[in-house]
Amino acid sequence: MNIRWVRINAIFRKELRDYRRNRFITVFTMAALPLIFVTLPMIQLFTINASLSNARLDTRIGLSLLYMLIIPTIIPSTLAAYSVVGEREQATLEPVLITPIHPQEFLIGKALAALVPTLVVAYTVFGVFLAGAAIFAQPAVVSAVFNPGHLLIQLLFTPLLAGWSIWVGIAVSARVSDVRAAQQLGTLASLPPLAVVALVTFNVINPTPALAFGLAAALLAIDTLAWRVVATMFNRERLVTGRK
Amino acid sequence: MTESTAVAVEHLSKHFGSRVAFDDVSFEVGYGEVFGFLGPNGAGKTTTVRTLGTLIAPTTGSATVAGIPLTAANGPAIRTRISIMPESPGLYLRLTVAENLECFAGLYGLSEPRDRIRRALEAVNLVDRAGDACGSLSKGLRQRVALARAVLNDPAVLFLDEPTSGLDPVAAREVHDLIASLRERGVTIFLTTHRLDEAERLCHRVAILNTTLRLIGRPAELRAQLFNRKLQVRTRAAIEDPSQVFAGLTGVRGWEAGPSGSYALTVADPDAAAPDVARALVHAGADILSIAESRHTLEDVYLELIDEDVEARRR
Repeated sequence: MNIRWVRINAIFRKELRDYRRNRFITVFTMAALPLIFVTLPMIQLFTINASLSNARLDTRIGLSLLYMLIIPTIIPSTLAAYSVVGEREQATLEPVLITPIHPQEFLIGKALAALVPTLVVAYTVFGVFLAGAAIFAQPAVVSAVFNPGHLLIQLLFTPLLAGWSIWVGIAVSARVSDVRAAQQLGTLASLPPLAVVALVTFNVINPTPALAFGLAAALLAIDTLAWRVVATMFNRERLVTGRK
Repeated sequence: MTESTAVAVEHLSKHFGSRVAFDDVSFEVGYGEVFGFLGPNGAGKTTTVRTLGTLIAPTTGSATVAGIPLTAANGPAIRTRISIMPESPGLYLRLTVAENLECFAGLYGLSEPRDRIRRALEAVNLVDRAGDACGSLSKGLRQRVALARAVLNDPAVLFLDEPTSGLDPVAAREVHDLIASLRERGVTIFLTTHRLDEAERLCHRVAILNTTLRLIGRPAELRAQLFNRKLQVRTRAAIEDPSQVFAGLTGVRGWEAGPSGSYALTVADPDAAAPDVARALVHAGADILSIAESRHTLEDVYLELIDEDVEARRR
């Protein structure tokens, strides 16, 4: 198979242009949703009593940081849910399938278009959160927030959770016949990995670097497998005729 | 199949479970030809196009498209050399005309995309609308953008699926003119339609499909195949004894009287028979109002065949 970047780029650029002019995506998904997920943890952070025990302090901060990881779970699942069924509803899928594009090129283009904005938003929100903590929070809270384990989890799991949400979202989008159903099912299916990350964040599972890397490697393997599975599900005839 | 054959189809069928979309279809289309594919809704026209465009796998039979055998492995190679304009334009409405074409230039991996886009827009007279969002265009203009997209890769075979469906007469005429200009440039066009005036005006040959292929040929040949040639005669008053006037004429095989002085004469050659008919009428003292060949349209051919199918199903 000969994957050509020019085709991936064509899908990627088209998607970004479309997002930019879609008010729902720019206002709700890219602005309002991140605003909510930065405001709530900031409130948590500033209301923490620094005299709390270490364990309770860690739990409160863990809850704040978990909000950050909801962004790479929710945003890409919303975007990916639209990727195939949305094009079918608009009758734009058939003209694309008529071109020599390979399913893997189409899927990578769609996935990158969901991943890149998600990473930009998620890391920006996390940066704002860290800056807010550094400037306004009490010293004990600051030192707990800047714990290398927490930072590592955020940096590692943001793209990996997004990857899972994207492939699940695209898989659902390729199978259902309605955008709303795709969004609801995609969001639900994207949540399980977040549960594991929550256990680490709340110190139910001790967040050692080795464990973080192990979980990250497992999630990376799952993401790769999901990509392969979604590619095999991408059947031109079924997508064009709508037959199961 | 020869080197001048753009599309060759042999005993091609597509079944979706127990439902037959089209069955045992065979035909050839030459390079530079405009081939009309006619049929009622549900006849299998779109499924045939999708099959030849490698979007759907045939159940049985074989085909060659743009010189390449129709197989799953050859799908990308065939799709590089052809283009399909589906019934619905399927444009990205938030993107501009140029951005839509830019996306497809990338999907075809075209070199010098800007130049290709400019030429495609010139071909459909849309250069001045390149910066407009597709969502702001009328239905007719969107169809023109879809046509520009379809010619972007200079296809060896261009499939147009109901290109004027849902357009008003003015917009439809614009699309007809564009197809005619493509025909003059020697583009091979496979046109599916149920607009018979469109097929009659634009196509060199037509095929009539109603799940199976019913007829194929030039419109004039199909008319001759299905209908006797006729002369329509009108006189000011009814002739007293028409059998005496028409029966002895060479070239007149039969006749039928219509209302108030009109007669339909079945003839072998209207040009040869008309002067004899005129002389006989004058000799009989009839005042001739007109003598003209009765023209059967492609619509008559089409309706005759479809009615036959409906009758056959009733039986």
